[in-house]
Amino acid sequence: MAPTSITTTSITLGETPRIRALLARADDALVLGHRLSEWTGRAPLLEEELALANIALDLIGQARALYTATGQDEDRLAYLRDAWQYRNALVMELPNGDFAFTISRLFLVSAASDRYWRAAMTATDPDLAAIAAKAEKETTYHLRHAAEWLIRLGDGTADSHRRTQAALDALWPYTGELFEPDGLGPEIARADWETTVAPVIARATLACPADGWMQSGGRRGRHTEHLGHLLAEMQVLPRTYPGATW
Amino acid sequence: MTDALARARAAVCAVTDPEIPVLTIADLGVLRDIRIDGTSVEVTITPTYTGCPAMTVIALDIETVLARVGFPQVRVVTTLTPAWTTDWLTEDGRRKLAAYGIAPPEPAAGRRALFGEPRPACPRCGSLSTEQISEFGSTACKSLHRCLACREPFDAFKCH
Repeated sequence: MAPTSITTTSITLGETPRIRALLARADDALVLGHRLSEWTGRAPLLEEELALANIALDLIGQARALYTATGQDEDRLAYLRDAWQYRNALVMELPNGDFAFTISRLFLVSAASDRYWRAAMTATDPDLAAIAAKAEKETTYHLRHAAEWLIRLGDGTADSHRRTQAALDALWPYTGELFEPDGLGPEIARADWETTVAPVIARATLACPADGWMQSGGRRGRHTEHLGHLLAEMQVLPRTYPGATW
Repeated sequence: MTDALARARAAVCAVTDPEIPVLTIADLGVLRDIRIDGTSVEVTITPTYTGCPAMTVIALDIETVLARVGFPQVRVVTTLTPAWTTDWLTEDGRRKLAAYGIAPPEPAAGRRALFGEPRPACPRCGSLSTEQISEFGSTACKSLHRCLACREPFDAFKCH
């Protein structure tokens, strides 16, 4: 029997193509930023603790600028949308796994973001171009940091090599979605991205997984079960105490 | 420049970065513009990094110092364009940073090679024999290094 009345704190959103495109980038940054922040207090060494927290901070800063560019309130967008209203690529919401998985994801995603932001600096949308000019500088650091770790892990011990190869193999089917055009920013060719990632993977003595069937759906709001759990943790306070301030 | 604008400018220019208190927001290039319209002041600032948590504190500090010199109506606007660069750090700012123990950024570094190793001079002994410990330091705008001559660790302002 259907419930007669449901109260919800969720917002409804009139999505124009521009808003949808900005949300795709914003949600990518927020969800990956949240995942990276989960390492705080658990990273394998102090320097990495600082690094992952700093990268998370950059990503959440980018998300805030992108949400604001939609003309809507950033907090309402982050806290009061349900999983099916999120437009992030599925790869962002996958659980952190081990350190090799976290680094491999950051590497594959940053290599795509780096190209996207660099090209978006000349986008016709002035807000997107302004954010791109900030984000490309930050993303360069993220890519370099992740690439150095990928080489260290791949060309490290037998165990770190095995784990990193397993991470790349598991992540590869999620990389196709990163190149779906958003209709606002530049289109990035997967082949160009491969010219960034393939040499680093080779230098890490790892094998580039073969391109096969690719996961998709995040941009249309069809997510893995993991996003709901992530949002539950992220949104619990503003959902429980609407309008709470400190 | 009117007296009122000069008074507002002097107050705002003296606001310091909460994370690097030896630098003013004018030294950093974070302060972009000050305008006066009647009795209200509009101040434009730009973040060093998009997620810089100091921006909220800086905006509050600007409102506080302006209220103190007679401008209770203040609007602080954040702009992303043009994107902040370490080249906007003043010469005076660079000297203050080094004296504080933070290696200032190389001028006009631009986009560096992906695997290039930045080697800033040690702000304590001046040696160029230094190594990077971590790309990421105590704040988003700094990295962590060690001097191989005097053995002291130090922060360096990231080029950007």
